[in-house]
Amino acid sequence: MPVRVRVPTPLRRFTAGADEVAAEGSSLRQVLENLEQRHPGIRERLLDEKGDIRRFVNIYVNGDDVRFLDSLNSKVKDGDDISIVPAIAGGR
Amino acid sequence: MATIFRSSRRSPADADSADIEREAVPVQRAHSVLDLIGNTPMLEMTRITRGRIPPGVRIFAKLEGFNPGGSVKDRAARKMVEKGLESGALRPGKTIIDSTSGNTGIALAMVGAAVGYPVELVMAENVSRERKKIIEAYGAKIIFSDPMESSDGAIMLCREIIGKNPEKYFKPDQYNNEANSLAHLETTGPEIWRQTRGTITHFAATMGTSGTVMGTGRFLKSMNPEIRVIGVEPDDAMHGLEGLKHMASSIVPGIYHERELDSKIAVGTEESYEMVYTLGRDEGLLVGQSSGAAMIASLKLAQSLTDARIVTIFPDFGDKYLSTNLWIGWQEWHRKRTAVNP
Repeated sequence: MPVRVRVPTPLRRFTAGADEVAAEGSSLRQVLENLEQRHPGIRERLLDEKGDIRRFVNIYVNGDDVRFLDSLNSKVKDGDDISIVPAIAGGR
Repeated sequence: MATIFRSSRRSPADADSADIEREAVPVQRAHSVLDLIGNTPMLEMTRITRGRIPPGVRIFAKLEGFNPGGSVKDRAARKMVEKGLESGALRPGKTIIDSTSGNTGIALAMVGAAVGYPVELVMAENVSRERKKIIEAYGAKIIFSDPMESSDGAIMLCREIIGKNPEKYFKPDQYNNEANSLAHLETTGPEIWRQTRGTITHFAATMGTSGTVMGTGRFLKSMNPEIRVIGVEPDDAMHGLEGLKHMASSIVPGIYHERELDSKIAVGTEESYEMVYTLGRDEGLLVGQSSGAAMIASLKLAQSLTDARIVTIFPDFGDKYLSTNLWIGWQEWHRKRTAVNP
């Protein structure tokens, strides 16, 4: 199912500069796998060696932090809006 | 004048070199909070370094959390505002504005309150809650930029706001204002020189605007050109080291002159976070992630050296980050650590 993924500035080198890309899947995990196929290299920036979401990465499904949902198993449906947000602002 | 004497217990590292002495730190009396900026203490990292660095190497951290605004940024904020008042760029009727993800905002809000000027700050909405509250407590106004655009988004929104009303604002512009580096050339550098009795061999500091490493490095090299100056930055554009910049993928600050660095060290977010946990548990020091990054870099640097005095900067303490992602994963780390070393 197609979803919209908003991509933060530091990851746009993987999306040819696009701030928003399409991906598919019925769980967040599937969406990220699909994102990796379309934009190789992006998964490693989001997930650690154990496959968990990196501590400094926040992912929101329709505005809800997935850490308060079902993490990578969070369900997503057609037309959902997924945002990847680094947990910092950078530059003091 | 009353004095507080530091512990007279000598660390093992002192045994072979008595030239870095323990000092009495005077309790200061001041008439403005601005006069309390700087003269921060330096702490030798003795426990965390044990068995991890070559025996002839010592690591010292300057604890900038002791500044009244709670971070190294107090130094730059005071200097930039002073310079603005001197030149007339800041004068009655003007508002101080800048883009900042936190510590500079806190510092400018504090300095603005102390000199009686209004302050407006543009920052990405995802900075920590504590920081927003602190800034508001100093009476400053916060304008939020899109968190997706990171600090570069805040810089651009700030430009837009000033563009609409250029006469209203004084922008210290920490990224491009040489007064930022100058603050460190005039204060941080000389303090380190005095505190190490001129025996420092390496200076390593994390880079956000790069003001700390530029100004301090410049001073130290003027005293002894042999001193190596090292910039510390995140290892990837996508990182979680709030306050630090990955230079290759960011708007490069105008005050950053890479040729003045002898080298750079890249540090990972996760290793820096875990170093924060370690510093709490092993040194009794609760610091922010940039201090974790500074410590990681100092340990990496130490590996290649045999006889050296490394000085680094711990930009702030950790209380502002307790609600942030820095602490995600601490419990798991703590469990593992306790299982190995109860």
